[in-house]
Amino acid sequence: MTADLYSHSSLRSRGLTSRTLPRTALAGVAVAAVAIASLLFAVTPLQGVADFIVFATALVVVAVTGLTLAVEGRRRAVDRLATSGALLALVLTLLPLGFTLGYTVYRGAKRFSADFLNHSMAGVGPLAPNGGVYHAIVGTLEQVLLASLIAVPLGLLVAIYVTEYGRNVFGTAIRFLVDVMTGIPSIVAGLFVLAFWVLALHKGFSGFAGSLALSILELPIVVRSAEEMIRLVPSSLREASYALGVPKWKTILRIVLPTAATGITTGVMLAIARVTGETAPVLLVVGNNNFIHTNPFNGPQASLPLFVFQGAGSSSKFDVDRAWAAALTLILIVVVLYVAARLLTRRNSLAGR
Amino acid sequence: MTAVSPGVDAALLRDVRSSRRGDRVFSGITLASGALVFALLAAIAVFLVVKALPALEHDKSSFWTTRIWDPDGTGKYGVAALVYGTVLSAVLALVMAVPVALGVALYTVEYAPRRIGTILGYLTDLLAAVPSVVYGLWGLFFLLPHLVGLQEFLNRWLGWIPLFGGANGDVNTFSKSVFAASVILAIMILPIVAAISREVIRQVDPAQKEAALALGATRWEMLRTAVFPPSRPGIVSAVMLGLGRALGETIAVALVIGNTFAISAHVLTPGGNTIAANIANRFGEAGNIGVSALIASGLVLFVITLLVNLIARFVIYRSGVQERSAAV
Repeated sequence: MTADLYSHSSLRSRGLTSRTLPRTALAGVAVAAVAIASLLFAVTPLQGVADFIVFATALVVVAVTGLTLAVEGRRRAVDRLATSGALLALVLTLLPLGFTLGYTVYRGAKRFSADFLNHSMAGVGPLAPNGGVYHAIVGTLEQVLLASLIAVPLGLLVAIYVTEYGRNVFGTAIRFLVDVMTGIPSIVAGLFVLAFWVLALHKGFSGFAGSLALSILELPIVVRSAEEMIRLVPSSLREASYALGVPKWKTILRIVLPTAATGITTGVMLAIARVTGETAPVLLVVGNNNFIHTNPFNGPQASLPLFVFQGAGSSSKFDVDRAWAAALTLILIVVVLYVAARLLTRRNSLAGR
Repeated sequence: MTAVSPGVDAALLRDVRSSRRGDRVFSGITLASGALVFALLAAIAVFLVVKALPALEHDKSSFWTTRIWDPDGTGKYGVAALVYGTVLSAVLALVMAVPVALGVALYTVEYAPRRIGTILGYLTDLLAAVPSVVYGLWGLFFLLPHLVGLQEFLNRWLGWIPLFGGANGDVNTFSKSVFAASVILAIMILPIVAAISREVIRQVDPAQKEAALALGATRWEMLRTAVFPPSRPGIVSAVMLGLGRALGETIAVALVIGNTFAISAHVLTPGGNTIAANIANRFGEAGNIGVSALIASGLVLFVITLLVNLIARFVIYRSGVQERSAAV
């Protein structure tokens, strides 16, 4: 569209009004800049891979901009500098992603195995090399499932109210509060459940307490994505239903929600992916347990993020290895959820709007 | 509604009545769920206050100015150093993350071909989906050692600025610091700021952009004149939301910050602490008053993030920009 208009060949290469640099000249300058950087690193005390990359990149940007400034003028030079800036930002964004995922796979692979996944830490001391995360996976799955059982229906109802009924001050206020809720730090949600459930009601640590905290974090995400999807349902579908005499509540349940179902599922899966990795609330209200504990309503449970956090702070190298493998497990769960959600988006008939 | 005439079928009448009742019940249920959101937020505030009170009453020193944390022992504790560290690390993270986030948002929407732009969008959102504890682990074992070179560089050449001062170039003193925490925070808030900015920039009217290009503007001039002005409120709110996230981030920061209670301008030297990190680090060993004191500090964090979020949302609502991103 706009990009095509701009890069149209007759406007650029023939140069209606001003001189333009051919692409080869720019590439040549870039190569020359890298060559100079290599030379400098070979003969002067400058050294280090990271230093070289930074130095060479800066040199290329300066050279390309300078050449453009000399040949094409200031405006084009500024434009090219902006393009380099945007490209650089892209690299700076993808770099941490690559390093985080890559390094986690590298360190996690050492202990990651079927054995690691289906054993717990029962009877395994910090200085023993074996043990696994089965108990933590069980805990995390139960906590996230319970949290979703609370947050998803409630979130859907709130979204329905906001989109279908709440065309008034109260509805706007709820939308606003839901948006504000997205900003509640996870540790504050944990502290609230600690103050309310564990301390005020004397319920003690349990997986369910963790679920409560996670559902507070999950609720606003579910509401917002569901709201967005419900708004995309064409009003002609609703009107057709009303015209057939179907009451509003039945229209919402039978027409609107099924139409928006794919999109809502995507939102729910992204929300689940988000809360699966939450550590702070779990740290405060779930407690910890080295044994397989399947009852989330009574007694401390283990959880995957907490397992990683505690391993990270341990002085035992085996604990650290286990933490990395658990981190890899966690990333795999989250990435699978994330990719599945995205694939589902493709099948969403409403998303192509 | 028209009055029902006597000749109307009784079954139809029953249908209409039951559907009206169904509507009332259903709208009542959804209304109650909406009201629950109100109640939940109110309950969060109330219970934090109630459970913070015992510690605040027990406090032997000033809650706002004390720079030690010993609620269970001497009863002296305060949030001065914590609030300072929280704000400092979050602001530093913003300074690092915002230019990069805007750059990548611009690249995704305006520079990259459509297909690649979509993939880049997925990748940045994936960056947001990586759990914070993984960033913490990575920060502790990968980033800290690899950051030493950069810290030395900053200290040697920019050491005259108090921010990068101290330590006298001694490599071994560079370890868990405010700087390390803010780098991790920057990486974590980058995708959030990028995702919202991306959606905001995408909503700019293409006619405006084409008009700028047709007048002979270069791509950068087009961005400056046609894209930035309408998207400014949206970007401001994106930055504020990123700030809110950075202020409240717990686990990643807890793993890479020094856990000390000094207020120092030198971000490269070991030390520093934030409200959230302090809660995570001290919760395990805290007694009754200790837990209550941590809740009191959490209340302060809640209020700070609430204010930041309210301002952000206010800017969005006033500008009428719709941000549509499920990732945030």
